[in-house]
Amino acid sequence: MIDRDQIIGEDELNAYVDGELPADRRAAVEAWLATHPDDAAKVSAWRKQAELIRARYGAIADEIPPQRFNVNRLTRRSYGAIAAAAAVIAAFVAGGVLGWTARGVEVARPSDLTRFTSDALDAYRLYVVEVRHPVEVPGDQRPHLDAWLSKRVGSPLHAPELDKVGLKLVGGRLLPGPTGPTAFFMYETPSGERFTLYCGRTGDRDTALRYTTGPQNAAYYWVDGDLAYVLSGPPERDKLHSIAQAAYDQIDRRVPPQQGG
Amino acid sequence: MSEFHEHIKVAIPALRRYARALTRDAETADDIVQDTLVRALRSEHLFHGGDTRAWLYTILTNLNRNRLRTLSRRPALAPIKDSDAATGGPEAGGRDISRALDELAEDQRSALLLVVLEGLTYREVAEVQGVPIGTVMSRLARARSQIKAYLDGERPTLRRVK
Repeated sequence: MIDRDQIIGEDELNAYVDGELPADRRAAVEAWLATHPDDAAKVSAWRKQAELIRARYGAIADEIPPQRFNVNRLTRRSYGAIAAAAAVIAAFVAGGVLGWTARGVEVARPSDLTRFTSDALDAYRLYVVEVRHPVEVPGDQRPHLDAWLSKRVGSPLHAPELDKVGLKLVGGRLLPGPTGPTAFFMYETPSGERFTLYCGRTGDRDTALRYTTGPQNAAYYWVDGDLAYVLSGPPERDKLHSIAQAAYDQIDRRVPPQQGG
Repeated sequence: MSEFHEHIKVAIPALRRYARALTRDAETADDIVQDTLVRALRSEHLFHGGDTRAWLYTILTNLNRNRLRTLSRRPALAPIKDSDAATGGPEAGGRDISRALDELAEDQRSALLLVVLEGLTYREVAEVQGVPIGTVMSRLARARSQIKAYLDGERPTLRRVK
């Protein structure tokens, strides 16, 4: 029998909405709601909220995840960065974190992020206005450019082909960077809009794309293997993002796992 | 592909959904999902069985909490939220559910989303958040009453600020 005098509280109403109540309590709550219209209205508002949330975000789980979430690829990348992993473990030990527990996991400390991004944007601003000598090696000598910069930077790298996103390689040059010699590639749209890719060695772990912006230009930063990349261009986020994504996908595909270059 | 990898793979669509609702920004959400996956894959040797899905939700929830802290320390590199551009007038949806979520404290938002969007039980949410079930319940109750107040209470005062 249902106790008529028993008050049903907020916690139980919530548990009722979420299907967390055993059958007998469910019946008690239903009986309560039949005679308490205020609580019944509350329950129906909460259900409506849940519907709104599901209507707004539910469909995302039906999308095919982008290529960047390919587990094999992420595994290869994560095991490749042994030094980085060691640094993580050291940080865990230093922090006194035990076991696998994710509580206390630190977000990647973007130590190179600021330096790389600000140097890359400086280089972008310096060379993007250059009409006669924007690059040292022109884009039609791509194999030479790749070989030279790989050798100087100390890691196999390639100027990505970005024709699909409407960019033609102008060429590249070598620059001093925050961690040593750095490769700098310049691209151009048919209308003369310029984008640059700045690339040097880093001890940072792999990161997802990071965005930063100013009034005149903006940049995406990411780390792939032992290289940090900064794509700089006009502050149009969507466009910059699609270019960064294209470069990111291609760089990963072109550098073979055995690092043969 | 190992069983562990398989479990991670099948969890990705739901992780993206949860992250999107948690951050209300597509790009930030996918960044966090990627960080979550990289971390999980790297820590495979530290994972001694149990519920892979709950573990992934735990990592993601913590990464987002850390992200919010990091952002408050590093304003210069704070990502722009898509929703910033859209905080326009009623034609952009006015006080919709996404803005209602914005108003919540992080732990309340995460508790609510894990229950209503991801279908976790109270017990599972308690594990993800590392708190007793009673705390989960009070977070849910507070989240719901705050959203309700936001959605119906404040609508008449809505006006466009130019």
